[in-house]
Amino acid sequence: MIVVIINGITLSLLIFTIFKNKTKAKKALIMALIKAVNLLPMMLIIIVLIGLIFGFIPPDMIKNYLGSNESILQIIFASLFGAITMIPSLVALPLAGSLIEAGASYTPVAAFITTLTMVGFITLPVELKELGKKITVLRNVFAFVFAIIISLIIGVLM
Amino acid sequence: MKTDKKNIEIKEKIKNGIYKSIKYIVSIGIILYLLYRLFPEQIVSAIDISQRYGIEMITIFPAVLILMGLADVWVPKSLINKYLGKNSGFKGILLSIFLGTLPTGPLYIAFPIAAELLRKKARISNVLIFLGVWASLKIPQISVEIKFLGVKFAAIRFIFTLISIIIIGYLIEMIVEKSEVKV
Repeated sequence: MIVVIINGITLSLLIFTIFKNKTKAKKALIMALIKAVNLLPMMLIIIVLIGLIFGFIPPDMIKNYLGSNESILQIIFASLFGAITMIPSLVALPLAGSLIEAGASYTPVAAFITTLTMVGFITLPVELKELGKKITVLRNVFAFVFAIIISLIIGVLM
Repeated sequence: MKTDKKNIEIKEKIKNGIYKSIKYIVSIGIILYLLYRLFPEQIVSAIDISQRYGIEMITIFPAVLILMGLADVWVPKSLINKYLGKNSGFKGILLSIFLGTLPTGPLYIAFPIAAELLRKKARISNVLIFLGVWASLKIPQISVEIKFLGVKFAAIRFIFTLISIIIIGYLIEMIVEKSEVKV
């Protein structure tokens, strides 16, 4: 369903752009191609990783470590993992979906995705340089705390 | 001259990406083959799952990437600058959210925009809301999230993340302004 919607929207916008301004359309497609090529290696790894997770890790083990016997430690670990890794979220989302399918519960997965996008250890130097120490520290600390709250809420509601 | 140089640069980027991908494909192939010799059963089922996920990703990724490319050409960064700098209040919040969800660039592009806005004395809360939405609530990202984690998950995460971002924006504004008064 979402696939049909997003493909439909993109296709109509693309056709509109082609009619309106051919150079813009070409530029957009080139940009998409560059993004695709840059994402491709990461995507291949994630696709293989998803397969290996299902092939090698017994579902019991995933349930054990990421399953519904939620401890605050599990959530903090998932949040930290999301904060320090720099996987593009476009690629991390399918991985998160596969973990759920393999038996993980929603709370740690939500914690991971939320900190992955809201907290950035790797981008910290850029943020410090552009926004200054105070805003950067406050933003990342608050984001981390709220990510844990959000994931707990998601765990309850899902 | 300039466009020539740019063209070469783009070709170089694409070429490098393709080389890197080929390198990855070959190494992954070798590793999978070795693993297959050791654990044939697991690898067969792993490849089966990988194939399924690969196909699912192919159905949505080209559209998402082209959408991001289109947003890049239609929404110039100067536009964001212009609108976010001036509007405050409720309209400002809505605008920050709207501009943040547009499918443009990664977070490190948003930092300089945010810094520029702060220099222009835009409200701190608006800039931070814009930054937060830009980081975690982008339209292409959400469509992929719906595909792989379901509408319910995506909707709940969207709502509570948005609320958190707004609260964080105001909290930081309060703290920063308080400390500035003291100094």
